[in-house]
Amino acid sequence: MSILSATETKYQALREKAEAKLAPLAAETIIWIGTATCGKAAGAVEVREAFKAELKNKGIDAEVREVGCMGHCYAEPLAVIAKPGFPAICYGKVDEGLVTRLVDDFLINDDPCYEFALVALEPNDVFPTFSDFPRGVYENKMILEQCGFIDPEDIDHYIAKDGYSALAKALNTEPQQVLAEINGANLRGRGGAGFPAGVKWEAVVKQVEKTRYVICNADEGDPGAFMDRSILESNPHLVVEGMIICAYAVGAGHGYLYIRSEYPQAIRRVQTALEQARERGLLGKSIMDNGFAFDLEVFTGAGAFVCGEGTALINSMEGKLGMPEHRPPRLSTAGLRGKPTVLNNVKTFAYVPLIMKKGADWFKNTGTAESPGTAVFALAGKVENPGLVEVPMGTTLRQLIYDVGQGIPGEKEFKAVQIGGPSGGCLPEASLDIPIDFDSLKEGGAIMGSGGIVVLDEDDCMVRIARYFLKFTQQESCGKCTFCRLGTKHMLDILTAITKGEGKLSDLETLRELAEDVQVGSLCNLGRTAPNPILTTLQYFYDEYKAHIEEKRCPSLMCPDLIAYFIAPEQCSKLCNACVGSCPVEAVYTRDDGLKAIDQEKCVKCDNCLKACPIEYNAVIKLSPPALLAEKEGSTK
Amino acid sequence: MSDVKFSIDGQEITATAGEKLLWVALEHDIFIPHLCGIREEQRPTAGCRLCFVEVEGQDRPVTACTLPVREGLVVKTRSPAVDRLVRTAFELLLSDHRLQCGKCPKNRACTLQQIARERGLKLKLTRLQHLQRDMPPVDDSTAVFAFDRSRCVLCGQCVHADQQVAKVGAIGFSCRGLNRTVSTFTGVDLEDSPCIKCGLCVKACPVGALYFLENK
Ligand SMILES: Cc1cc2nc3c(=O)[nH]c(=O)nc-3n(C[C@H](O)[C@H](O)[C@H](O)COP(=O)(O)O)c2cc1C
Repeated sequence: MSILSATETKYQALREKAEAKLAPLAAETIIWIGTATCGKAAGAVEVREAFKAELKNKGIDAEVREVGCMGHCYAEPLAVIAKPGFPAICYGKVDEGLVTRLVDDFLINDDPCYEFALVALEPNDVFPTFSDFPRGVYENKMILEQCGFIDPEDIDHYIAKDGYSALAKALNTEPQQVLAEINGANLRGRGGAGFPAGVKWEAVVKQVEKTRYVICNADEGDPGAFMDRSILESNPHLVVEGMIICAYAVGAGHGYLYIRSEYPQAIRRVQTALEQARERGLLGKSIMDNGFAFDLEVFTGAGAFVCGEGTALINSMEGKLGMPEHRPPRLSTAGLRGKPTVLNNVKTFAYVPLIMKKGADWFKNTGTAESPGTAVFALAGKVENPGLVEVPMGTTLRQLIYDVGQGIPGEKEFKAVQIGGPSGGCLPEASLDIPIDFDSLKEGGAIMGSGGIVVLDEDDCMVRIARYFLKFTQQESCGKCTFCRLGTKHMLDILTAITKGEGKLSDLETLRELAEDVQVGSLCNLGRTAPNPILTTLQYFYDEYKAHIEEKRCPSLMCPDLIAYFIAPEQCSKLCNACVGSCPVEAVYTRDDGLKAIDQEKCVKCDNCLKACPIEYNAVIKLSPPALLAEKEGSTK
Repeated sequence: MSDVKFSIDGQEITATAGEKLLWVALEHDIFIPHLCGIREEQRPTAGCRLCFVEVEGQDRPVTACTLPVREGLVVKTRSPAVDRLVRTAFELLLSDHRLQCGKCPKNRACTLQQIARERGLKLKLTRLQHLQRDMPPVDDSTAVFAFDRSRCVLCGQCVHADQQVAKVGAIGFSCRGLNRTVSTFTGVDLEDSPCIKCGLCVKACPVGALYFLENK
């Protein structure tokens, strides 16, 4: 038997203490509630309180605890009940009624109410687990594995599940070996660009300057993206551990987590995590008695999208305007306070402990040769099962949308997938077999981005989608450089005109030229990538642009200025007043003959009447171009 | 620092390694359009996006204000790609600049006019619409000089003159995006700001946004 190093002894002690503390839990009934921000938004706090009240009222001895996010957004709020003698069972869409039912039927009597259960968390003979569903087959959880299954506010949960063992292992080797492992794994940055983390770290190591910093980028400003928040809220120690390992590898003494202030719960949970790590000697003067000193703190950003860009992030941390700078110098030579700095995304750091623990080869076994590992996505839009998903790199878009997301709801036809957020692009049906990896997506005109995916169906107008993203980048442009400040504004104006039916065909040429020039000419990647939604929609959906311009027609019936609502007399029931009542501006009225009609002058195109009209009549229809109205109305006079 | 040899438009040039190309070129009477460049600045703003040049071996034009000269560099100040970017950047700036040269105090001494002349660009909009937006009224509160925001191209020369040369700090950049502007602290009139009316900012303005009132 080898003699344990001080670090190993220290780790073993921590581990034993954590396990001893948690062991009694196995004999208790515990109710876990998913209270990441997403769960809370869906009512998890009410569910938590309802459970507590019911347990108290009925005098039941069980504990209510909070966990983070399991990634099944469509089923929030989620609760897991772990009762000795039963597999832990997860219930979705929990409300107060179900709480009473579960307490009465399951906790008091022994009926687990399978009719309300989503899945069991452990293999058993009665009820399926996540891996029995198609999504489970494709998903491969690396960094999300513990999310939703451990208490993010109790470090002992993390330690008991092998947490911080990677750090102990790293501290037992030389920094160069840690670097070699990360390089060997070809871990590419998950913040969007896919730059190899090891190369970045190595550049810092090579600097003469010995004061060095490690920063975690948790600015996460893409609309619709919530992967980083979810990880920080669900398993903050994974990221913290990754950062400490990185600091050891590059010789940094201090680090920061740059988290936007719109993420109060992530900030709180990370701060709690840091305190607990410090208490246990995992941060501070001599980490695990190894002599290595490193500490971390949270820096709260004001939440500008552009502050996610490295140089702008540094400026904002230094108290300057959050605006990007010309590069080089790179952050690895001159970052925070002019010192060599590693800046990585939340997810990038989250892989680090796993790679240290299981080895570079384990990591490379998943994914593709050039993009090893997994990809984490916030899957949203027109899919049955939106959520936070983690799939191996190389999974095709089709698998992600149809197998993991379970396809498009309501017999609608797929139109496009927007990937990479405002810096990304829209890919059509023909691109669905593109494998998801950094390089293939780029070839297709999109980018991996930091992981937002929005699925669009036939009801989505591609010009409006392009306009939506451009409006975002235009508003988030810092205004420092000409191309981005003014170029995005002109492109937005052109798109707006097109959606109003005021575009000219020559505008499309100007739009393309501008888009290409903004892409090449802008100072930072916000401007350089802002045209992507336009260029990809022009490339793949040119006909939609043309229809808006030449026929004043919105093929998806979405642009308010290019549609008109009409009540088909042959379908209107006369006796029902649903549409009249639903109209907020009294545009819908009853004609002398009892049929309903719409005063086009007053109509604000809110869609209420169409939704209100009972399905058996389906009398309200949308027309585009509005000129069709004359024909229709003529025939009803 | 050691000297390096390189070429601009075929002309052999010797300069100190690390100097930014823009300034070396200008010293040799080679014109490169620029508005925001400030030689003393450690970290160039690189915001106006006019000083693009082509460097052999690089697939995209680069800004001359940020390019340190080095041995063997082969630079061209004109190429189809450079001209295209400069034309667009110039038109973008014009689209947000009040274009009434006849009425402008800077007429004939304006850098925008010089760029147009040197590069054969039009002083009117060909592809873009003029941006219609509300501008604050002209600030002529000091009675010595005035600031007309509708002519400002946000180059920052006045801010540099005020903060770094005069060391006054009466003006600075404020707001973001399209609303980015040069203003006094909290936007008070210049007369009510710490401005000492030294006029350095006016002399630094390459367009007619800041002008002395006597030769209005
Ligand atoms: C406008 C803009 C916004 C960005 N926002 C983020 C962000 O929210 N999170 C992030 O990790 N990276 C963001 N990035 C990318 C960062 O600049 C940087 O590449 C990244 O943090 C590096 O980490 P990685 O190598 O681990 O990906 C952004 C870049 C740009 C241009």
